[in-house]
Amino acid sequence: MLRMPMPDDAVLARRAAIVAGLREILPGEGVIDDELERRAYESDGLTAYRTLPMVVVLPETTADVVAILRYCNAAGVKVVPRGAGTSLSGGALPLEDGVLLGLGKFKRILEVDVANRCAVVQPGVTNLGITHAVQDAGFYYAPDPSSQIACTIGGNVAENSGGVHCLKYGLTTNNVIGIEMVTMAGEVVRLGGKHFDSGDYDLLGVMVGSEGLLGVVTEVTVRILPKPPGARALLIGFPTIEGAGECVAAVIGAGIIPGGMEMMDRLAAEAAEAFVHAGYPLDAEALLIVELDGCGAEVDHLIEAVETIAGRHGATTCRISRSEEERLLFWAGRKAAFPAVGRLSPDYYCMDGTIPRKRLGDVLARMKQMEALHGLRVANVFHAGDGNLHPLILYDANNPGELERAEEFGNDILRLCVEVGGVLTGEHGVGVEKRDLMDTMFDKVDLDQQQRLKCAFDPGNLLNPGKVFPQLCRCAELGRVHVHAGQTRFPDLPRF
Amino acid sequence: MAVLRPADTTQLEEAVTAALAKDETLEILGGGSKRALGRPPRTDHVLDLGAFDGIVDYEPAELVLTARAATPMARLVAQLDARGQMLAFEPPDWRDLLGTGGEPTLGGTVACNLAGPRRVRAGAARDHFLGFSAVNGRGEEWKAGGRVVKNVTGYDMGKLQAGAYGTLSVLTELSVRVLPRPETTCSLVMQGLGDEAAVATLASALNSPHEVSAAAHLPAGAAARSKVAALSGGAATVLRLEGPRPSVDYRAAALQSLLGAGERLNDRNSSALWNEIGAVRALVGEGERVIWRLCPPPSTAPALLRRVEARLASAEGFYDWGGGLLWLALDERDAGPDGGATVVRAALGEAGHATLICAPEAVRAVGPVFQPAQPALAALARRVKAGFDPKAILNPGRMQQGM
Repeated sequence: MLRMPMPDDAVLARRAAIVAGLREILPGEGVIDDELERRAYESDGLTAYRTLPMVVVLPETTADVVAILRYCNAAGVKVVPRGAGTSLSGGALPLEDGVLLGLGKFKRILEVDVANRCAVVQPGVTNLGITHAVQDAGFYYAPDPSSQIACTIGGNVAENSGGVHCLKYGLTTNNVIGIEMVTMAGEVVRLGGKHFDSGDYDLLGVMVGSEGLLGVVTEVTVRILPKPPGARALLIGFPTIEGAGECVAAVIGAGIIPGGMEMMDRLAAEAAEAFVHAGYPLDAEALLIVELDGCGAEVDHLIEAVETIAGRHGATTCRISRSEEERLLFWAGRKAAFPAVGRLSPDYYCMDGTIPRKRLGDVLARMKQMEALHGLRVANVFHAGDGNLHPLILYDANNPGELERAEEFGNDILRLCVEVGGVLTGEHGVGVEKRDLMDTMFDKVDLDQQQRLKCAFDPGNLLNPGKVFPQLCRCAELGRVHVHAGQTRFPDLPRF
Repeated sequence: MAVLRPADTTQLEEAVTAALAKDETLEILGGGSKRALGRPPRTDHVLDLGAFDGIVDYEPAELVLTARAATPMARLVAQLDARGQMLAFEPPDWRDLLGTGGEPTLGGTVACNLAGPRRVRAGAARDHFLGFSAVNGRGEEWKAGGRVVKNVTGYDMGKLQAGAYGTLSVLTELSVRVLPRPETTCSLVMQGLGDEAAVATLASALNSPHEVSAAAHLPAGAAARSKVAALSGGAATVLRLEGPRPSVDYRAAALQSLLGAGERLNDRNSSALWNEIGAVRALVGEGERVIWRLCPPPSTAPALLRRVEARLASAEGFYDWGGGLLWLALDERDAGPDGGATVVRAALGEAGHATLICAPEAVRAVGPVFQPAQPALAALARRVKAGFDPKAILNPGRMQQGM
């Protein structure tokens, strides 16, 4: 089971004084002390883990955030930032001795600047809320994680969120051009803006995806894109997973980068079909949805090209959407795949590794063997274009030991992803979930280098500690310079 | 001064460790083509990475290429070209601009976060940098990122290395995302627009759904220096479309109708023109000039140029990235001993950044070449630097004095 840093008894003993101190900064309802109300924040999208936060604060302005962080920094109190709490990796899991800093009140769209193709928003605005604010002008915000109705742009910045369109349009990091942030010491720093790139170190680039460990984001400037004039999709069935994988490689080999390219295995497709009746072929071992977007001339041209490629790679069925309704129906099953799989089993555990696509066949075959070993089933949903796998492990938390088996299975899958040349997480983040697997990808020197970055931003290690790294960082020790080569520089250190 | 030529990573670690022990500084050198960029290096030794050469892994269908840091761009681009692929950020060749020789390398291109005209649509080197191995200022080899196109495992350390000009670590091996090369390219030229109208036209095109992949405006002086004959008739506003032929034909017609103008350039002229723009040809070779690269919010670029012109009569510029990149040239004498920094930075204000690209070494050695940061941000950047290179032995002073 997951271990978090030991709560600091000295901080817990000062709880009443800390709550009173925070109330001086945020009078009224901005400080939540009541246990029942605090329960609402005990977990995020990784619901297997729950911790009651010591206190919850809900600031409304950057000045509030500055005052809270200054107070906590001076008092040596840990802080866990939180957006909408949809993280699937436990990024917003509270700490028993920590302040939970919710940014839900930062809900305003500050500016839509069409001439510079950007929008300035507060971090609590939802991902889809940005698109809603700019769509009348003919624009949209490209990254579209499946939680986009609920997840906030602040959380997207923390996690570098992706979505089904990121092969063509990029992740959050490619679509955020500026932020205002507050450091743990309470300093306000602006990174980027409405311009391209950085004139100095690209600290914005490293803030995106830093999982709330480096600073609290209080304003975000995003690039907005003109909405494509149209889109059509193909729904293609294959008798083998390998055939579908080869088709994906051939599409890319032909120079086509589709707006979206998603694969589902038989179990996932069956579950989705039973749930939304999208007309998915039920005899296929692999189902591929390929969406082409752009002007009509381009879409028609590429649909034909993909259809030909699919035929050449043994597709047994190929439907092409003839209307917007039909295109959305193709997607309805994919978008509902998680809840649909949820109907097959009381619980499921969603994984997020990325692999080189050419290894897809091996990886799925090895996963089949693991199913037998762990006594649990897996349904696979796959961002086929970029190699990002979402195996859904089916389990029942009411059966003693089954959650632990599901987690062990998940860890084996992620180790396999790394073994074949991939990575632990494509878009959900490390959080607490994959924290203890970081050393399958990185050695101690790599992790120390990452920790030294943390020290530059938060030397007291008070901001979201216990996430991402398997051991807490010790900045004083990491800062020392060893100049004698040949010595053992890194004796093994215990984990917390 | 010695030139150190490590043959492999172990020797490189030893070289850095030895320098660290003796408090000696190192200039990191790939092909040397960007040696004149940034503040002039004044180091004890040169660390020549020439041995770190070669493509390690390239599988077109995976959209990933891994190569050693000093692999020449020319060889790499030729390999990609043979497989119908490209680096989408369109790395420009700045050798004429900087007056340098040598071969541009992958490591140098990423370390300087270069980007050409397609930046407006496809991003800069930073956006295509997936993972790397490097040696830090402690003489330790470390790595981050991966060899897949989608990865959020750990901090995105590649973003920090891109644009750090080798001041944080010595990159040894890099993985970058590659993309299919477009089947067809077409450029549209509109002539005779003033700067304000031109940048507004570029915005209309970029805001349209026609997927413009490059958008530049050359005022009359800059246009006159183009070798592309179609540009000889005064100020030229140019847009580029790329993609499958039926799509490009349709979008070119749609844009012509939207803008009420636009003459099509053929493939050869189109690619010659965008190479010229990426290489800043319009401002090169016109006598003793200093050259600035400004990145303002795109719509504000024409007014920015006017503000500089009002103070420095020799100012001449052109716009790329829809106005998001303003290249500015000043006569050395008119610019004064600071290369025009006081005027240029005051004109820009807080919105965006300005980098002094070409100036006599004495000018680059004295004033800030890169955008000076606010105190809190500058202090943070210093702590970040110390986390990688605690004794400031890697390219010290290349970006900021004392760092």
